[in-house]
Amino acid sequence: MHPILIIVFAPLVAALIAGLGNRMIGNIAAKSVTTGALFLSAGLSWPIFLGFLGGTETATVIPVLKWVESGTLTFDWALRVDTLTAIMLVVINSVSALVHLYSWGYMEEDPDQPRFFAYLSLFTFAMLMLVTADNLVQMFFGWEGVGLASYLLIGFWFKKPSAGAAAIKAFVVNRVGDLGFMLGIFGTYLVFQTTSIPEILAAAPAMSGSTITFVGMRLYTMDILCILLFIGAMGKSAQLGLHTWLPDAMEGPTPVSALIHAATMVTAGVFMLCRLSPMFETAPTALVIVTIVGAATCFFAATIGTTQWDIKRVIAYSTCSQLGYMFFAAGVGAYGAAMFHLFTHAFFKALLFLGAGSVIHAMHHEQDMRYYGGLRKHIPLTFYAMLAGTLAITGLGVYHLGAGFAGFWSKDAILEVAFARGSGAGQAAFWAGAGAALLTSFYSWRLMFLTFWGKPRWEQSEHIQHAVHDHHGHGDHAHAHGDHDHASADGTAGYHPHESPVSMLIPLGVLTLGAVAAGQVFAPAFLDSAAFWNGSIFYNEALIHAMHAVPYWVKYTALVVMILGFAGAYLSYIARPELPGKFVATFGTLHNFVYRKWYFDELYDALFVKPAFAFGRWFWQLGDVGTIDRFGPNGIAWAVERSATAAKSIQSGYVYTYALIMLLGLVGAITYVLL
Amino acid sequence: MIGIEHYLTVAAILFVLGVLGIFLNRKNVIVILMAVELILLAVNINLVAFSAFLNDLTGQVFAMLVLTVAAAEAAIGLAILVIYFRTHGSIAVDDINRMKG
Repeated sequence: MHPILIIVFAPLVAALIAGLGNRMIGNIAAKSVTTGALFLSAGLSWPIFLGFLGGTETATVIPVLKWVESGTLTFDWALRVDTLTAIMLVVINSVSALVHLYSWGYMEEDPDQPRFFAYLSLFTFAMLMLVTADNLVQMFFGWEGVGLASYLLIGFWFKKPSAGAAAIKAFVVNRVGDLGFMLGIFGTYLVFQTTSIPEILAAAPAMSGSTITFVGMRLYTMDILCILLFIGAMGKSAQLGLHTWLPDAMEGPTPVSALIHAATMVTAGVFMLCRLSPMFETAPTALVIVTIVGAATCFFAATIGTTQWDIKRVIAYSTCSQLGYMFFAAGVGAYGAAMFHLFTHAFFKALLFLGAGSVIHAMHHEQDMRYYGGLRKHIPLTFYAMLAGTLAITGLGVYHLGAGFAGFWSKDAILEVAFARGSGAGQAAFWAGAGAALLTSFYSWRLMFLTFWGKPRWEQSEHIQHAVHDHHGHGDHAHAHGDHDHASADGTAGYHPHESPVSMLIPLGVLTLGAVAAGQVFAPAFLDSAAFWNGSIFYNEALIHAMHAVPYWVKYTALVVMILGFAGAYLSYIARPELPGKFVATFGTLHNFVYRKWYFDELYDALFVKPAFAFGRWFWQLGDVGTIDRFGPNGIAWAVERSATAAKSIQSGYVYTYALIMLLGLVGAITYVLL
Repeated sequence: MIGIEHYLTVAAILFVLGVLGIFLNRKNVIVILMAVELILLAVNINLVAFSAFLNDLTGQVFAMLVLTVAAAEAAIGLAILVIYFRTHGSIAVDDINRMKG
């Protein structure tokens, strides 16, 4: 038995046990079986990945079951293992296992823990099916499974109306993208007569330049297919236009955010693009669109990140922005760089989210950074983990030293390759990426400064006040009052944040290691080694050479803007804290525009949601109530009632009327017979 | 000379009287029973008249049968009426509407 079977199906089995067993088997058993399964999967994934790294593994396809045989349409359940899959296996299973472990601490007081862990494992299984897919239909199965599991997890606290709304939003926005993906799959089958990915990739170059009639225009076949597939990727990976669900997905518990943002779900789009990279290479227009959308998302999300107050929201927009980097890297043809950024991003983004979760845990579920401050001394381990994550995402590293955090290696590679591409879109992406890197540095350090530096500003937080009052309710009053008076002077409101339990700190430690070292260790393989990729993605040797040959100012751009961003954040939030207020007062319109997320939600609300509601109301009032109900059920009931009343009046109960009717009937019958 | 048409006319008049007695009567159930008897007698007259004129005894035999049935029906009808009066205290036609739906 190939280990991939265990890797993929262990989470499913665990999800079934924990989900169906639920309260019957108890919290501990459900948590143990799911976490155990994920650690098993993660443990089996690393040898495969290292095997590909060392060149000892070869790409294989493990058949599982027959699925569909209908005329020329045939495809089976099969698990494909190659370099690309191995990377994803490591990312997904490692992050997911750590998130499972982390949830032991984070969800400790939740009454529905078995359900939560079952969903987490199901989520992981769906993503594993997606990345091991050998044909587009199986990939679509995983694609939809991920969508379903994310819906369940975002709406996990379904008693909160906002969580339910966010879950629906995530699901619906994803469906828009899924429609594009489905059309892409249908179109691909139409053109290639197969859904098998290797066969499609082999046949794709021959189709380059062929045209097809689509919505009345003659267009390049490959461009159309790739754009449709890319729309699917945009939905799943929250690219500009279909990104609105991602920040709202924060309504789910924080471990879920970490899982969605780092390993499962949002990376699916980038993975799909890389998996189908030979196909996208035959569609130059589609690639330009990918580049532009990626670059736009990257910059756009970064601007929003600078203004948000919710700690998770800042990190969510940063994910959106980092995904933009991955897409424009893929768009300019550096699929290796895109995957590398996905790989490093998984570590530091999971770290940032789990760190934020640890902060939220310590601050009694307060998520607003305005009420943080000065936490550095209270939760030092979380602080160091977050610091490592921030250094990684901002990409601290020096080219000439050949050393840097994870983000340095991948983000710099992406910027360099966009510059080296030489095309207009590549140039635009480079500048947008550099701008985004500046903003990334600014909002990341802003987050750090607001959270960990300065004086505590906890006393205005309702959550903290609740915590303090609950606590004092049990303690003796005189002492509590003294404490309170003393507390209001230093802004802590008498609250003492506690460092998270060990089960939450271990994942932070492991991820810190990844955020610090993943770039340094794996950069040569991911970026420079065609042998490592071994044909699993389209590898452009010349582009990589051009990437290494870019001028030094390009190589140092990321570092310079990172320092500028840091300086800006330091100035605004440590040195002169009155600056942001002045900025907002001066550029109120601009700030409002960015703070309200470029009015995307309002725009969609006006364009789609409101008309949909209006349509719904119209159909309800006029179509359903006014027509169907009126003439259907209600109309028939009314007619029956009326005729019954009429019939009832004949039945008077008097013998003579019955006799009369009998006589009339008899006369009638005889008349009929005689005539 | 009295022909069959005279007998039939008398029978028809009796029949119509009987029918009207059922429909127009609003007072007493006994009147309904009597009206039913009238109808039966009208039929009997027809039977006997045809039997005599056609020289066929079957009609007269049948008339005997009808008389028997009428007697039995009257007996049962009156018995029901007596019981009904005992339980309901009235045999007015307008009070007897328990078959109302």
